Amino acid sequence: MLFKTKELSFAHPGRKILKFPDISLDASEALLVLGESGSGKTTLLNLLAGLLHPLTGSVILDGKELSQLSGSKLDLFRGKNIGIVFQKPHLLAPLSVKENLEMAHFLAKTSGQAIKSLLEELGIGSKLNAAIQTLSEGEAQRVSIARALVNSPKLILADEPTSSLDDHNTEKVIGLLKTQSRKIGAALIIVTHDQRVKNHISNFIEVKAS
Amino acid sequence: MNILKLSWKYLSFKPLSTGLNMLLLALGLAIITVLLLIQDQFEKKMTQDAEGIDLVVGAKGSPLQIILSAVYHIDFPTGNIPMKEAMRLDQSRLVKSTIPLALGDNYLGYRIVGTNHDYLAMHEVDYQEGKAWELPFEVVLGAMVAEKTGMKVGETFTGSHGISEGSHDHEAHDYEIVGILEPKGTVVDRLVMTSIESVWLTHDEEEEEAHVEESDADHQKKFHSPVAKSGFPKTEQDRDVTALLVQYRSPMAAVQLPRMINSATSMQAASPTFEMSRLFELLGVGVTLLQGLAFVLIGISGLGIFIALYNSLKERKYDLAILRAIGASRFQLLLMVFLEGIILTVLGAVLGIILGHSFLSLLVSQNDQGVVSSLHPWVFLKQELWIVVYALLVGIVASLIPAWTAYQTSIAKQLTKA
Repeated sequence: MLFKTKELSFAHPGRKILKFPDISLDASEALLVLGESGSGKTTLLNLLAGLLHPLTGSVILDGKELSQLSGSKLDLFRGKNIGIVFQKPHLLAPLSVKENLEMAHFLAKTSGQAIKSLLEELGIGSKLNAAIQTLSEGEAQRVSIARALVNSPKLILADEPTSSLDDHNTEKVIGLLKTQSRKIGAALIIVTHDQRVKNHISNFIEVKAS
Repeated sequence: MNILKLSWKYLSFKPLSTGLNMLLLALGLAIITVLLLIQDQFEKKMTQDAEGIDLVVGAKGSPLQIILSAVYHIDFPTGNIPMKEAMRLDQSRLVKSTIPLALGDNYLGYRIVGTNHDYLAMHEVDYQEGKAWELPFEVVLGAMVAEKTGMKVGETFTGSHGISEGSHDHEAHDYEIVGILEPKGTVVDRLVMTSIESVWLTHDEEEEEAHVEESDADHQKKFHSPVAKSGFPKTEQDRDVTALLVQYRSPMAAVQLPRMINSATSMQAASPTFEMSRLFELLGVGVTLLQGLAFVLIGISGLGIFIALYNSLKERKYDLAILRAIGASRFQLLLMVFLEGIILTVLGAVLGIILGHSFLSLLVSQNDQGVVSSLHPWVFLKQELWIVVYALLVGIVASLIPAWTAYQTSIAKQLTKA
């Protein structure tokens, strides 16, 4: 098993304890996490990425338990092994497309994938040296996918990656995430309430506010 | 990519705010640079020019004016003193040596100083060309005078009355250049030096012209007999000199001589060290004021840098979270903010130092003849390194709080907020 969670729970201050179903994924497998807004989907994603510490339970990626790592070690592990695609692209505006991806290389201390060919595979090869402000919404989202992929991580997490995209772009983005994660042998977890995504990935769990 | 480059990208992403803060800091530091340079060079120059002069004796008046006119050749003389009295002083057992000066004329604003060869020896001059004067109306030019006027040995010129440019010319007799000095970086660079006899004769001519015609023999005797090379010129008449530069025989003289001169003669004694320290004390108020202004500017720029960093961090909280999410440690974010502050201030410091030197060189190029003109604007001082260190401190202090904020940023909270 490449990725596994056990009896994860989390408590936001002053609110009820959230309990999450266990997840286990093999390399190249994909999983949808569905749920109403406010059900704790994003909290789960933060726990899976090691951005939040769980109240109980454990997250194990490639044999390493995230809660055992701390401080800069966890940051480095995340940079190397977990690629995150956020709801909005959130690229670093002062840097060009290429520099955004180089930054990911630098911070994770890896040379990862070749930037140019990755961008070409995502259909934005011509934007290599473009400034961030000149990108369209769809292009920017694809650059953020490229940033998540560029270090060849073992786990790809996507938080509502399609919520602001039209049908055509949604299909494209989900297709790219699937093919790319399969190509590098990474597990893929997409958190969404977007029904359109369901048609592409059958494997899912549901998070319910209890 | 690395953190330094990232910091630079963020700075250059906002050129206006970055530029303004840098300029503000640079202005403050430029003022300090100019003050440092002027203070250092002035003091050095002032002591250099007054070397070997323990006391200056001139006509009654302001002692500071006597020093400024007779040692530094910037102010007007207080008047003349009778040479007989000056000669009596020379005989005093307290006095080791004296050099008489006769001022009052100029050539294109460069002062003509009547003196003897001791004056040249005191300033330890070397000759670029030619030699010292032997006859009346022979002159030696300071290096700067020669350079600015372009005159050579053998050429002649007419002096003008008064010590500043634009008064009427002495047409009666021309000066002849017999020597040009090497640049020394002292007051002699901007002087025209000749014998006391030349200065006297120039003024005699004017008066006599209207009266009697001299016989050729008289003229010959007057204008072609060698001048005194040391001590006072030989004459039967009651003549005046402008000032007397005195060197003491013993430290005791410093106590007795000035008092004796001031009370027992019609002359006034002034000590260069004492008067100059008095002058610096007077100027000190202005310098302190300027320094204060500079520090206020630096303080404001520090505040500006702080506000700019703090605001840009508020806008960048999401960027910080993203950086953490793709592998940056807290420490790297801290470093990024500090580097931004440091880059900004170091660039500001370098710009400030360049500005300061350029400003001084502009000042020098605007002043042909004054004391300012002999300053060297492109000499760099060790203290200027302290300016950079000081600027760095400003940068670090201004980045403290923003950097701490960056360090504290919670990624999960930021990422879920949007």
